[in-house]
Order: sequence, then structure tokens, then C-alpha cells
Amino acid sequence: MKSLLRFRLLAVGLFAAPALIFAACGNDDSPPNTSAAPSLTVAARSSATAVASPTKAPLTGDITVFAAASLTDTFKEAGKAFEKANPGTKVAFNFASSSALATQINEGAPADVFASADSVQMQVVTDKGNATAPALFATNLPVVVVPKSASPVQSFSDLAKPGTRLVLAGPEVPIGKYARDIFINASKAGSGISPDFSDRVLANLKSNEANVRAVLTKVQLGEADAGIVYSTDASVAANDVKVIQIPTQYNVIATYPIAALKGAKNASTARAWVVFILGADGQAILAKYGFGKPQ
Amino acid sequence: MSSNDRAATATVVFLGLAFGVFFLVPFAGLIDRALHEPRTWELLSTSQVQQALTLSLWTSTATVGLALLLGTPVAYLLARARFRGVAALDALIDLPIVLPPTVAGVALLTAFGRHGLVGEPIEAWTGFTFGFRTLAVIMAQLLVAAPFYVRAAKSGFEAVDPQFEKVAHTLGASRARTFFRITVPQAWPALLAGIVLCWARAMGELGATLIFAGNLEGKTQTMPLAVISALEGSSLGLAGAIALSLILLCVALVVLVLFRAVASRAPGLS
Repeated sequence: MKSLLRFRLLAVGLFAAPALIFAACGNDDSPPNTSAAPSLTVAARSSATAVASPTKAPLTGDITVFAAASLTDTFKEAGKAFEKANPGTKVAFNFASSSALATQINEGAPADVFASADSVQMQVVTDKGNATAPALFATNLPVVVVPKSASPVQSFSDLAKPGTRLVLAGPEVPIGKYARDIFINASKAGSGISPDFSDRVLANLKSNEANVRAVLTKVQLGEADAGIVYSTDASVAANDVKVIQIPTQYNVIATYPIAALKGAKNASTARAWVVFILGADGQAILAKYGFGKPQ
Repeated sequence: MSSNDRAATATVVFLGLAFGVFFLVPFAGLIDRALHEPRTWELLSTSQVQQALTLSLWTSTATVGLALLLGTPVAYLLARARFRGVAALDALIDLPIVLPPTVAGVALLTAFGRHGLVGEPIEAWTGFTFGFRTLAVIMAQLLVAAPFYVRAAKSGFEAVDPQFEKVAHTLGASRARTFFRITVPQAWPALLAGIVLCWARAMGELGATLIFAGNLEGKTQTMPLAVISALEGSSLGLAGAIALSLILLCVALVVLVLFRAVASRAPGLS
């Protein structure tokens, strides 16, 4: 009799366990990440008490911000500042290439805000109706980076030198697209370096990396002779890489749009984040990391 | 049947079915999505997909060839030799099986990268670098997949009674002749099963390849890398990732059927 009761308890437990697991998972709000890009989900906790604005109800709740990889350090700091100014809120991040993020958002990943490194990927999201009215919040400048130790690349035109190991981000990743546009600019009749400059440079391409930070890593490791990243990324790796400026007449300015998403679970806090980034505090943090003002 | 037994049976059946459904649903979902996506067939004929498929097929085959060439002697040694280092060698060969593939990639980089243990002197002497080459793809696949062949081959050789080999020697056969005429024919189901496993693992390799070899269409972008690139937003897009996944799923099914057919004849492998 005793063993029968024990057995029935065990059977009930085994049936109940899956149900309990599903219930527990329902409270998990970290976003599913389908890409292999190094993406970080950070939930920093507000540590200081700050006075919320007395004229409106204090913001609470969690938001998840999907942001381009180049915004990693900047947004993490902005997140801490936002949480300090709005105790009770928590900002979690998913950093990856804007193209990967756009795909995830359109496939229903739970995000509240999208900050992209170009308008093309923002349009991928707005075209599907998942965001409206994006606003430009920053600009950035592509640069060439080379390993600090010897590199055959000493100037922008050296990128076309045969045998150079060039690494770029994939063609859909904003910085990858900007780089390819720059090479085309440098191939234009008249002002360009040579009509076949773009072809010669792309013949040196050794790898299409998943995002700008992966390009930076290959250059830091010395595996690549040169890569194209944003000037803000180059500053982050100043110890390992040297920067070569791209001639202004060929360079493009990267423009970063931000938008609160239609499917945002916490719409008011999402909008507040966008306002924060566009406002004086957010802009100051962006400027600190080398981003330019939106034009 | 007592009610105890009925409860036990019901629990086991329920858990078994639940777990089976957990395995079935992802693949059913993939097939369903692929068949409903109008661009699937068009995407399968793009050059990016064709190049990835060709590269995957020939690098995996090259990997298997190298595993056969280099792994068979090791497997025979592990099966027969009785020296003190055998256990250590055995564990070393098994290491890549338990190691996360990304760690294998980092390890290859620290060894054969331009500032690597072996890579730096080789570049200094010959100017040769490993990174970004198809060779790097094969090296990554070999590191993670060869152990599967070695394990299977070792178990196959162990199952061959050494008495047969001794008898062959007393009759005047050389070691080589004995090996190919006596040992291999008896061990071949295990060897074949090992080849199939090795080939499948090489086809599926992603982490080490991505880190060590890079990602360039036609040179280093194998099928799994093409899937990742598609999800990262390449022109193939999500539909392309699904189409590629469908191909890989079919390949996996064929491999599975082959393996089960061969392994049922190999002692201690099915």
C-alpha cells in the first residue's frame, strides 16, 4: 500500500513538473536571440535613488532595447543614467548587427526600442509596420583600422594593394554597406582614385563578418591587415589598432535612427527612452563616445 | 497487470511521447515553413547556396579522407598498444567531442593564427598564413570530426580477435598484409560507421570554422555559415536560412539512415 501511494505521488509529480516549468518560463522576459553575433543582454540595476519628475507619474517597468553593435558602450552607460533618473525602470540590451536585429524584430522578438546604424535597416522594420516615425539621434564616421604592429596598409589607397587581407562586415550590415559605398565613391570618374578601385579592394576581401565588433576583433588579433569600422569603435580598441582616416570626398556619414516599436510591451517607458536619447542627457553621452550630432 | 504497473507504464509512455513530440515539432515546423515559402526553390538555385553546398560537400569529404589517413593508425594503436601513454592519448583524442566548438575555434586561432604558437613561426619562415583559407575550414572540421571516426575505428579494431592476426604472422604475412587482409575486413562496419559520423559532424561544423577560417562565399562559407549569414541579414534572408536548413535536414536524414544500416552490423556501435 505504502509503495503504491509513493508511486502515485511520483507519477503526479512527473505530470506536474512540465506544467510548472511552462509557468516559470512565462515570466522569463529575456529576448530570444536567433543570431550568432555577440549580443549582450544586460539588466543593470538602478543603484541610486533619484527624484522622479514631480509633474508626471514616475516611469516603471522593464524595456528591451535592440541596438546596433557600435552602440554597445554608449547605450550601456545611457542605460545606467536612465535607470538612475527613473528608479523602478530596468533597461536590457540586445546588441548585434542592425540587419540581424531587424530580422529578429520582424519575426516577433520581444523588443521595445530599435536603434539602427542606418536608415535601410530601420526601413526594413517600418515597412513591416513594426515601427513608426523613426528619429535620427546620432551620426558616425567610418574609418580604416589596421593592427598597431606592422601592416602593409598605411593609407586608404593601400587597401587596393594586392595581397592585403581586408575584412569587412557583411554587405547587409550597415558598416559593411557604408564601406562598399565608400569604395564606389573612390572609383568615380574624375575625383576617384581609379575606376577599378572598388574591384581591386574587394578582391582583397577575406571575410564577411557578422557585425562591426567582429571586424574590429579580427584586426585587433592581427589576422586581418585592415578593416573598416566606425571611429567610435576604433577608440574603444585604441591600444591594439591604428586609425587611417578615409578621405572626406569619398567618406559617407553614418546616420542612426531610433524608434519605439509597435509591439512594445511597455510603450510609455520605450517612448521615454527615445526622448532620453534624443534629449540633452543622451546626446551628451553619445558625444562623450565620439558620436556626432544628428543632421 | 497491477495498478502499480499500469501507472508505471502510463508514465513511461507519456514521457516518451512528450519527448518525442519535442523532437518532432522543430523539424515539422521547418519543413512546413520551407514548403510554404514561395521563394524556397528559387533561393536554392542562387549562387550563394550552390557555392555553400559545394564547399560543404568537398571540405567534409576531404576531412573524412584525412581522418582515414591519419586517424586509422591512431585508432589501431589505441586498440592494440599497451604502453603507458595510451590512456592519455585516448583522452586527448576524445577531447574535441566534449569541447564546445567555439572553444575549438579559439584554440585553433591561438595555435595557427598569425600570432599563434605555430602560426607565427610558420609565417616568419615561409610567409604562409592559415586564416581565411579553405585549408582552415578543413582543419576546423578535422579537429571536431576526426575523433568520431577514431572512436568508432578503435572499437572496431578492438573487436577483431588478435589471435587471427597472430595466426597470419605465423603463416608469413607481413604486418601490412595482415592489417588489410585480416583486420580491416572484420572491422569495416565500424570503420564505415565512423566515416559516416565523421562526415556528418564535419558537414555541421560552425563555431570553429567561423572563428578560425572566416566567412567568404566560395572559399570559407560552408552551409552552416551561410545559414548564419542569412539570419544576419544577407540577401538570402530568413527564407534563405530556412531553405538551407531544409537541405541540411535532408542530408542529416540520409546520414542517419546510412549510419543505422551500417552500425547494426558493427559490434558495440548501434
